[in-house]
Amino acid sequence: MSFELKSGVPEGPLAQKWDKYKADMKLVNPANKRKYTVIVVGTGLAGGSAAASLAELGYNVKSFCIHDSARRAHSIAAQGGINAAKAYPNDGDSVWRLFYDTIKGGDYRSREANVYRLAQNSTSIIDQCVSQGVPFAREYSGELANRSFGGAQVSRTFYARGQTGQQLLLGAYSQLMKEVDKGKVQLFPYHELLDVVMVDGKCRGIITREINTGKVERHAADVVIMATGGYGRVYYLSTNAMNANATAIWRAHRRGAAFGNPCYVQIHPTCIPVSGTHQAKLTLMSESLRNDGRVWVPKKKEDLAKAPSTIPEEDRDYFLERKYPSFGNLVPRDVASRNAKDVCDEGRGVGASGRAVYLDFSAAIKRDGESVVREKYGNLFDMYHEITAENPYKSPMRIYPAVHYTMGGLWVDYSLQTTLPGLFAAGEANFSDHGANRLGASALMQGLSDGYFILPYTITNYLGTHATELLKKVETSHPAFEQAEKQVRDEIARLIANGKKGKRTPNEIFKELGLVTWDYVGMARDDKGLKIAIEKIAKLQHEYDNNMLLNDDQHLNTALQTAQRLGDYLELARLIAQDALHRTESCGGHFRVESQQDGEAKRDDEHFAYAAAWEYKGKGQDAILHKEQLVFENVKPSTRSYK
Amino acid sequence: MQTTHVTTAKTMIVRLKIWRQDSPKDAGRFEEYTMDNVLIDMSFLEMLDELNEKLLKEGKRPVEFESDCREGICGTCSLMISGQAHGPIRGATTCQLYMRSFKSGELITIEPWRARAFPVLRDLVTDRRAFDRIQMAGGYTGAKTGPHADANAMLVPKDLSDRAMDAAACIGCGACVAACPNASASLFTSAKITQLALLPQGHPDRKRRALRMVAQMDKEGFGSCSNLQECEAACPKRISIQNIAIMKQEYLKAAISADYREGLGDADA
Repeated sequence: MSFELKSGVPEGPLAQKWDKYKADMKLVNPANKRKYTVIVVGTGLAGGSAAASLAELGYNVKSFCIHDSARRAHSIAAQGGINAAKAYPNDGDSVWRLFYDTIKGGDYRSREANVYRLAQNSTSIIDQCVSQGVPFAREYSGELANRSFGGAQVSRTFYARGQTGQQLLLGAYSQLMKEVDKGKVQLFPYHELLDVVMVDGKCRGIITREINTGKVERHAADVVIMATGGYGRVYYLSTNAMNANATAIWRAHRRGAAFGNPCYVQIHPTCIPVSGTHQAKLTLMSESLRNDGRVWVPKKKEDLAKAPSTIPEEDRDYFLERKYPSFGNLVPRDVASRNAKDVCDEGRGVGASGRAVYLDFSAAIKRDGESVVREKYGNLFDMYHEITAENPYKSPMRIYPAVHYTMGGLWVDYSLQTTLPGLFAAGEANFSDHGANRLGASALMQGLSDGYFILPYTITNYLGTHATELLKKVETSHPAFEQAEKQVRDEIARLIANGKKGKRTPNEIFKELGLVTWDYVGMARDDKGLKIAIEKIAKLQHEYDNNMLLNDDQHLNTALQTAQRLGDYLELARLIAQDALHRTESCGGHFRVESQQDGEAKRDDEHFAYAAAWEYKGKGQDAILHKEQLVFENVKPSTRSYK
Repeated sequence: MQTTHVTTAKTMIVRLKIWRQDSPKDAGRFEEYTMDNVLIDMSFLEMLDELNEKLLKEGKRPVEFESDCREGICGTCSLMISGQAHGPIRGATTCQLYMRSFKSGELITIEPWRARAFPVLRDLVTDRRAFDRIQMAGGYTGAKTGPHADANAMLVPKDLSDRAMDAAACIGCGACVAACPNASASLFTSAKITQLALLPQGHPDRKRRALRMVAQMDKEGFGSCSNLQECEAACPKRISIQNIAIMKQEYLKAAISADYREGLGDADA
């Protein structure tokens, strides 16, 4: 199956493109809306908000999630906040500036029109969430409070203590549950997507496995939305949840959905460092901490063993403030992460592993008092204390970068449709708005923009455009469903049959894959290392196919789930390496050692100002590259400087 | 690099007594396991991960338990550890518990949440969908997606907003139910009712919310509140039982309100 990449961006001035789309779109009359079924997979910010909003319009929505409840998706763990161009602090913010910061923060590797629309929608998101009863932080005046985040010089981040993601998700979840109560949304908890079903060239359904019973099911619809999150777990250790996985997007990719920019992975600078091989995941310390925390390492290696408080001010290297005086500790994540890696590579990393830097709040505590710091970050400080058994009010935190977010994902056009007609992708699952690096507090914004304010229009347009065909209902008895279900069942049966003679557990192979991806496809990538990665991944694939141990149990079986997801990670890891290998420039989160100038990443606009969209050609095969040339009519790509 | 860290951490012996149950229909039983050389810096769930690796290699069925974010916010993890919901640490979920909180050689009993409204699916996994149905009954404002007044058009006093946030911090884990001798869901239900009662956005459907959510809570088979305060002690987010008092007020106010009875009257729906 081949495809043509058409971005579908409307004509006209940047600020009017989305209005033009809405003016030209096809509508569906209220009586006909009842005749359509929309499947939404995932109940994070993007999926939950899309499902609720589409149901309100009158469509029949089937909402699927892998958890017991639609309130648990990993959006819930986002701590710091959500950006919006409200400009309440009167500090020079505007839709244009949020657009500009996001395009620049993404290192000029995203589509202008999408990013502008995101900035436009941002203000409505805050109004929407407040109307749901989201308890954002407020000033004594009763107005909403703001703080600043990395990559911006204005305060445009709205927050609910250190639990912004939780509060926004519960807002979307509550709106979704209202529609469930009305009977417009049918919930399918504990359901994992294992395939998408194409009928006559259009996506008309999905195959799922019910996790708690092992039951494989077919579900038909008229359009399918995937909002299944990112693929950071391909690194094994990441800040992602245990159940976050790439299976849904990978299975769609196998069926022909192009995969966009897989090598754009965000390594977040402020995580609690790795402490041993038993760890299953890493914990993020919100970027908002960099508002008040100062990042440093000792200037002299002989000070490494000393207690940080005994090291005098003049012997500390506040390396971000030193190298980037105008943004200081608030440089974007990719810049902060690379610099932390560099000082550790120089041998100035702190802690037992030597792979950590200090994040110090003593200045803020002295300036504002402990109670002010506690009010802003109390839950984060508590979390740090619980994990490390150290008190961050007394001594600086030790932090190190960890995999956090994936900018890459399913390639989508302006309407968020993948290259599979009738299959849309939203939130972290798509590749759309963050280019090669996402700014802090922009993931929540994008997820909700996609779900509340884009999909309700573009899904309607899709259904309206293809009404004649889509009003003819497809039954799950259709041979395409039968064939897809058989493939799913066969794959499970093969895993279990092989598992009887295997020796290594899925987690053992998974951990090894994590080491390969982190070491060779992590913060610094080079030609030699990427080729080694591809070889090592092939060996692990062989191990997976021939020597993986599994128990013969098709009911609730976490090991089987891990095994299934690992199979997709192995193929995806190979694609990430292939993408990273072909992109010989450095941009955003993708740092090629060969491409730098004066110690800073060097982009190559002449050869790489495009989005890479990969076409699947089979397991172990090289994917085929398609290019969507990025056109910059409103901003001029320049060297990204935070100095 | 992930591999370079050489740890000098201490280890301990862990003795476990774990509830095993194949399916909702099967009778359950306790099984005992011993693990040597458990690092004290391991989290409790990482210790269970290790146990499961061991069981898988021995050809035995691993222990099913739920967890997801492993940073105390998603509310997925749910274990009764030696009789305490989420274990011995106040204000923390099971996934935030570290082995350093236990003594070497101490027998640790692990059970699923015990409540009629939370049936066991397998081993330590329970079905908490009753919470979703309580939420469905009214845990929302009527706001639809679309244009709304500017977010600053309606001012909300900071203290009210902060108190609403205190209640909204509930993660829906079910520890309150598990800890309560009556298996009451009052703390969970009251947290949502209180959040929306404190904020002006929740006011238009305030009475309907209180009546319907309380009715659903009863219908699911959760017990009543007898002010034992076990829920507050077990809550990983330290949700206050003051919320239960507010819920009772909200319920009473709604129940005796004649205009409500005549107007909407679907409290028992």
